[in-house]
Amino acid sequence: MIHYLAKRLAIGLLTIWGVVSAVFVVIRLAPGDQATVALGPGAKAEEIAALRHSLGLDESLVVQYFSYLGDVATLDFGQSYRYGRPAMQAVLERFPATIELTIAATVIAILVGLVLGVVAGHRPGSLVDQAVSTFTLGLQAVPPFWIGIMLILLFALQAKMLPSAGGGSFPHLVLPAITLSIPFTALVARMTRSGVAETMTEAFVQTARSKGLTETQVLGGHVLKNSLIPVVTVVGLQIGTLLGGAVVIETVFAWPGLGQLLVSAVGNRDYAVVQGATFLIAICVIVLNLAADLVNAKLDPRIRVEARR
Amino acid sequence: MTDLLQVEDLEVALAGGGGEGTVIDSVSFSVAAARTTGLIGESGSGKTMSSMSIVGLLPAGAKTSGRIAWKSENLLDAPARRLRQVRGHEIGVIFQDPLAALNPIQTIGRQVGEILRRGGMRRQEVRTKVLQLLDRVGIPDPEQRIDVYPHEMSGGMRQRVMIAMALAGGPQLIIADEPTTALDVTTQARILKLLADLREQEGVAMLLVSHDLRVMAHVADDVVVMYAGRVAERGPAREVLDKPRHPYTRALANNVPAVSTKTAIAEPLQGAPANPFDRPAGCAFHPRCPIARERCRTEVPQLREAEPGRFSACHYASEVSS
Repeated sequence: MIHYLAKRLAIGLLTIWGVVSAVFVVIRLAPGDQATVALGPGAKAEEIAALRHSLGLDESLVVQYFSYLGDVATLDFGQSYRYGRPAMQAVLERFPATIELTIAATVIAILVGLVLGVVAGHRPGSLVDQAVSTFTLGLQAVPPFWIGIMLILLFALQAKMLPSAGGGSFPHLVLPAITLSIPFTALVARMTRSGVAETMTEAFVQTARSKGLTETQVLGGHVLKNSLIPVVTVVGLQIGTLLGGAVVIETVFAWPGLGQLLVSAVGNRDYAVVQGATFLIAICVIVLNLAADLVNAKLDPRIRVEARR
Repeated sequence: MTDLLQVEDLEVALAGGGGEGTVIDSVSFSVAAARTTGLIGESGSGKTMSSMSIVGLLPAGAKTSGRIAWKSENLLDAPARRLRQVRGHEIGVIFQDPLAALNPIQTIGRQVGEILRRGGMRRQEVRTKVLQLLDRVGIPDPEQRIDVYPHEMSGGMRQRVMIAMALAGGPQLIIADEPTTALDVTTQARILKLLADLREQEGVAMLLVSHDLRVMAHVADDVVVMYAGRVAERGPAREVLDKPRHPYTRALANNVPAVSTKTAIAEPLQGAPANPFDRPAGCAFHPRCPIARERCRTEVPQLREAEPGRFSACHYASEVSS
């Protein structure tokens, strides 16, 4: 187990290094930098050069890269020039709102997705199965931001039941959480459906019936848990994607989370914030994947044996 | 000798998926209390389908008619709730491939004890009872084994777990569907010995489904030979296997090579088994039968008493000799 965790930690560090480096390169490929954006289009060349020098942006990219890597290694993400304080502080301030949104969307996706998936997978090819498959395919095909806008039109502007934008209370959470959960719900439903449909053909399901269990007991006691492994893996990966997907949805709903911060930081070429935020998201994704694998090892004793080797 | 279970004129029709048709055609046989009845036949002969109709575990869309008399009720008409009560508690089932038939992610103790736990027995009692059951089916060190998973056991041990599971509900009848087919020969012998012991000591009747005549010769008291979804012959095991009254039984018996001699198989069975979805007219066996005549092509032979206690569905049963 320790050996396994050590290996995963090493892979995790390597992944972080990759993410950090990629972000470093990509953000510098965009035209303009902190100095030009901060000083605006009317700035003189000398002013820009002076600011560049004070920010260290006139050094060669290699020098900047290694000094940056050194900073990241000591968890120093530098100052946000925009907010005039440590970048990580600004990031962490926004982080809880994003986590709140992500957890809410995940809970919806898992609850609704599992129910839809089990109902459909129990009788593959049935009318219910076809209805669920069509419905979930539709959910996956429609862009979430469009669904978000439609929900705002319906529930905020027409019915005036829920606020259309902003954060801070439960009613504010409802629409963005539903919107964010929609493609995720569809994915969980489809994965669960195929897992359950496959497990239903296993011989041990017939064994369970031969013990006099009701169909519900068979599903709950012998089918669902055996179908969950691919679902857990996808959920682990997908929560990470949600953190990224939240960028768009947060913008639609003016949700005061990390996504909004990140979008404006990219626009402002606020390198420190961009790098700090992506670092944090990368950590979350890595931890979630590890968690999914550990949950799977807990679910299936056969996986545990392989992990020991 | 009282009949515990009587199957009368059972018909099973399937639709969709693998084809359409009456795969089981007026099958009748009975299982006597505390005795072992064997169902023999090639794959596709309907032996598994017949045995699974007893507990209502047929593929979706299967239509049944006839009568399955169990304790003065007809299981074919029994409501789902009553059937669930019969399954496991009155009739236990042992499946062919124990690795596939056991849930891979539950400990064997949990699976053996499930029927007890669901019956409301307390956790500690369930564990004690499961330990007894594991011991009863000859699993060494039950305390050590109760918490292992199926993949951590050998094939023979897994089949013993299946048997313990079938016994857990205290059934009067166990349906064993090819219980030794997935096992090696020495393990087969041990499992058959265990099944025979259980019948003798616990008085559990058994319906043993197998294609293997040697298995039948070892454990069955009575046999039912099936061909293409119909009963070809039935009677006391020794007599049927020694002196067949149906050319199909004779061909099967001659197919089993004697272990001690080097003689070639006397009379290999020609042709492929009849497809129960597309049965030949008349006697389904006539295309492969060495003594078939014109009448066999047109007239379906009825199961008739060829001699006391011996039933054969051959027009010329009296001419069959081994």
